[in-house]
Amino acid sequence: MSDLELSNRAVRGRALPRPPRAGTVAALAFVAFLAVATVAPWLLQTADPLAIAPREAFEPPSAAHWFGTDESGRDVYSRVIEGTATSLLIGVSATAIGLALGLLLGGLAGLGGRVLDFVVGRVNEVLFAFPGILLALLIIVLWGPGPVTATIAVGLSTAPGYARIIRGELVTVRSSGYVEAARVLGHGRARVLARHILPNALAPMVVLATLGIGQAVVWASALSYLGLGAQPPAPEWGAMLSAGRTYITTAWWLTVFPGLMIVLTTITTTVLGRALAARDGARR
Amino acid sequence: MLWAVATLTFFAVHLVPGDPAQAILGGPGSQASQEALDQVRADYGLDRPLAVQYLAMLGRLASGDLGDSYALKTPVADLIAGQLLGTLTLALLALVVAWVLAIGLALWSTSAGRIGRAIAAGIELTAAALPHFWLATVLIAVFSTSLGWLPPVANDQPSGLVLPVLTLAVPLAGFLAQLMREQMLDALEQPFTTSALARGETAAGIRLRHALRHAALPAVNLSGWAIGYLISGAVVVETIFARPGLGRTLLRATELRDVPVVIGVVLVVALVYVAMTVLTDLVSRAIDPRIALEERA
Repeated sequence: MSDLELSNRAVRGRALPRPPRAGTVAALAFVAFLAVATVAPWLLQTADPLAIAPREAFEPPSAAHWFGTDESGRDVYSRVIEGTATSLLIGVSATAIGLALGLLLGGLAGLGGRVLDFVVGRVNEVLFAFPGILLALLIIVLWGPGPVTATIAVGLSTAPGYARIIRGELVTVRSSGYVEAARVLGHGRARVLARHILPNALAPMVVLATLGIGQAVVWASALSYLGLGAQPPAPEWGAMLSAGRTYITTAWWLTVFPGLMIVLTTITTTVLGRALAARDGARR
Repeated sequence: MLWAVATLTFFAVHLVPGDPAQAILGGPGSQASQEALDQVRADYGLDRPLAVQYLAMLGRLASGDLGDSYALKTPVADLIAGQLLGTLTLALLALVVAWVLAIGLALWSTSAGRIGRAIAAGIELTAAALPHFWLATVLIAVFSTSLGWLPPVANDQPSGLVLPVLTLAVPLAGFLAQLMREQMLDALEQPFTTSALARGETAAGIRLRHALRHAALPAVNLSGWAIGYLISGAVVVETIFARPGLGRTLLRATELRDVPVVIGVVLVVALVYVAMTVLTDLVSRAIDPRIALEERA
């Protein structure tokens, strides 16, 4: 799920293949779709996502129900649209938490001098030994399952990766020619930091955040799927998948379509993140 | 390193609101009597100060004793030993399959034309974006329910391993292939490629004998991370395919708040991770002699 190495490369502007223009356009179109689904879901819905119609239960996809109906006859397509807001909110907040903490840790390590660098480095190494979802599971043991805990858990478990990248950026920028030039010209420490180091080191944050949202959506829905995040009958994508799992042998559409939204969201953020990284790389 | 992981886990678990003595006696629903709770606290040393408990845990860990499970009352070491092999088999098989898929894809896409490359890039991107839990359900729907080729539940037969391994391998292959293709294209533009061509080496020979070596290096470095990623993925995959293993043990222990088991599993995973990091280091030296040369210089 996490692709630290890849995002690191993207941040450094190192030749990750630039997505084709058509891909970027398609990704932007999907973002627009997600935005509408978040802000004004009723514009896209074909039915009431909570309306129960037991007689129409388990209908396969058709013209009336594009993604079929679930065990209570609810329209899966409308529920998927309804779930966009929750799923994205969890993904975006988790990324924000992870980035904020990563900035704090990475900033301390990259600017706080040797001792702090060493301490943060060791802490980070320990956190890296809890791969993937393990750290999130531990956090959920602490605070109990639920959507809020899941969000925090995902945010915290992505923080070490961000911290490492941010520290690397700060160290690179700090020892670069233009920063040295600014110092030699007699600019004060604060000025050099505010005008030269921070803007250049933090520019890749946009890329990181874009790539991170897709990843966070996947992690959060994985937790929901395991029954540790948002709970059914909430129309959150992971929870919908989890609920549909019971009927996988008879009604594949209950799991396939919410999952497809997750996959499309991840692909979209990856394509956009890389396009941004390629633009950044070209500008440097 | 392992000490830090154990310490962190210990304090994290003890910060949790809730009474471990309750958990030992079967959770809040069991309505254990006060005497029973006191007895359990004394037996497990839970009535002693946190610092004493912590030192006791470190002492036991140092002698290789992981303690007893709260829920199952069996030694954690036995519990983990029984599950470790299954998960490692799953993770290592997935790693191998992912490598084979990624190498195949990289070799093919670098020799294909523009359209072939675009298709390969699309496949890689999609594969890398597939969440385990979704891929697993889709694979079950297609290969078990519709086609009936493979069992939906992992059993002792080798056929029961196919779907879990594929679920773990495909997204990883997507990551690895992206890295390898990029490195390979890079290597094919290097002067040594031209000189090999001049020596009469075929295009396929260059790919196999020269470019692949360059392409493999970052992917090997990534394999240490990959094992951690696979074990964490095993939590989901083992749950879906009802396959016994560390991942499922961890998930159950998390739900039951079985502290010794959680600590034990996390420690073992950290140990595997450290071992893999050392191993990948050795492998990358074997692939690229320059690493050892640089260190000597």
